[in-house]
Amino acid sequence: MDALLQSYLAIIVFLAIALVIGLGLLVAPFIVAYKAPDVEKLSAYECGFNAFDDARMKFDVRFYLVAILFIIFDLEVAFLFPWAVAAKSLGWFGFWSMMIFLAVLTIGFVYEWKKGALEWD
Amino acid sequence: MTEMATLPSLAPLTVELLLAVGAMVLLMFGVFTGERSAPTITGIAVALLAVAVLMLAVMDNNGLTFDGAFIMDPFARFMKILTLIGSGVAIAMSVGYARAEKFERFEYPILIVLATLGMLMMISANDMISLYLGLELQSLALYVVAAIHRDSVRSTEAGLKYFVLGALASGILLYGISLVYGFTGQTGYDAIVAALAEGRSTGLVIGLVFVLAGLAFKISAVPFHMWTPDVYEGAPTPVTAFFAAAPKLAAMALIIRVVIGAFEPVTADWQQVIAFVAIASMVLGAFAAIGQTNIKRLMAYSSIGHMGFALVGLAAGSKVGIQGVMVYLVIYLAMTLGAFACILAMRRHDQMVEDIDALAGLSRTQPLVAFCLAAILFSLAGIPPLAGFFAKYYVFLAAIEKGLYVLAVIGVIASVVGAFYYLRIVKIMYFDEPDGEFDPMPMELSAVLGISGVFVIGFLVFAAPIIAAAGAAAASLF
Repeated sequence: MDALLQSYLAIIVFLAIALVIGLGLLVAPFIVAYKAPDVEKLSAYECGFNAFDDARMKFDVRFYLVAILFIIFDLEVAFLFPWAVAAKSLGWFGFWSMMIFLAVLTIGFVYEWKKGALEWD
Repeated sequence: MTEMATLPSLAPLTVELLLAVGAMVLLMFGVFTGERSAPTITGIAVALLAVAVLMLAVMDNNGLTFDGAFIMDPFARFMKILTLIGSGVAIAMSVGYARAEKFERFEYPILIVLATLGMLMMISANDMISLYLGLELQSLALYVVAAIHRDSVRSTEAGLKYFVLGALASGILLYGISLVYGFTGQTGYDAIVAALAEGRSTGLVIGLVFVLAGLAFKISAVPFHMWTPDVYEGAPTPVTAFFAAAPKLAAMALIIRVVIGAFEPVTADWQQVIAFVAIASMVLGAFAAIGQTNIKRLMAYSSIGHMGFALVGLAAGSKVGIQGVMVYLVIYLAMTLGAFACILAMRRHDQMVEDIDALAGLSRTQPLVAFCLAAILFSLAGIPPLAGFFAKYYVFLAAIEKGLYVLAVIGVIASVVGAFYYLRIVKIMYFDEPDGEFDPMPMELSAVLGISGVFVIGFLVFAAPIIAAAGAAAASLF
């Protein structure tokens, strides 16, 4: 059991280093950087013209739907890569598991298509 | 890796395969034929669940598969049949409501079939990973079902609330599983038992507590019950009926298998947690329901209390205790479905009424309905010789056998306090002046109410085979 925990030591070390570097870079400017704020520097950044609206406006919920549908198929691809690399050692069990997974996803895809989730208007 | 190359035996999960394929075929059928096919799909979904019950009753497919992650044994068979009955009846009871409230969607029965599939996976889970997969399949379907009436603000709110809190509970559960894995190096129940043979570490106890907290949320046990009244009140009534029945049974079966199957060597540790949760649920269920005026909220507190009583049997941790829990769940299912058949029939001028006072004088306007509901309420209160009394009798008996006197005494006191609000409804039905009639009760609801009433009143007649079956099923866990 200790051997199992020790095998995660590298991750702990990595997390510690990441934390130190991240916090260091975040805190250091507050301490060492030269500060001379004025109105223009503090205003919202727009390229070439004055900011005319609040960034936090309402946006169409359909963006959200598209994003969520994208994530599903994005993850599918992310899942396919390691499977493809290891396909040989997984054997028929691995092959059919993935085929069933893809079949289920396809059914979901047909459903959303027929429901009109992919049409903007 | 050579053993992975062989395909696992699929015999133990025949029923799950049937439901999975059935749900996907129905989804394709529904989306190609449109909303008008909703009644057909509802019918087929109920038939599918009925076929699943028959298959479980006649087939002999016990065994382990998927490297021990999935188990089919008499305990699983017993709980699966109960869960399927709960889901099937819940779909059947929704037909009239969906038509009247105009939210007939073909997705509704399909989502319930998918949730039921998740519950069957939960009941058969013999590994932390399959436990989590089953639980998520069930939960994700339930979140959508809670918000199925999406034009109604309250239904949407219920769905969102349930989703946010459910996701939190899943996170807690998953964290607990990761701790258990970290301190034992295993996810399979049998392997965890083997790893615990040489003693346990403090970290494992923390993991165990997190796992139990996540699961307590799913059966809405105190102190993880806060979502229950709001979700029960906000969700459409047939959905509430479904929530109160099948998912509770499946989650309870899951808890039983986890604590008995995976954490048997640390019984003393989980026993304290379960005993505390049981006491808190019984007491809160009894006291918080007193002030309620909405019948769905009242049923929510009632179900919290009943889960507390069922956990008393589990706290005993013995074979008799598990048998008591299973008998309790059979009776709880019958009473809950009967009570909700009545609540679904509370319609006036084509509008749902959810106020308890609307039941005033029901004994004069619909004497038979009032009689059945009164019997169910007396049974929920635990008054002999009705079914609810025997449910409590078996769990308290198991607790006393194990020397858990405090638990049993608090349970009896909570049961007496709880009787007050059940009896208040009986008083309203029988002694108050009627202020209008309900619309006539649809056939399917009267059938459910009738069967439930007969079961509750004549439990002594059916008791022997049920108790024997529960005993045999409980024995398969030890």
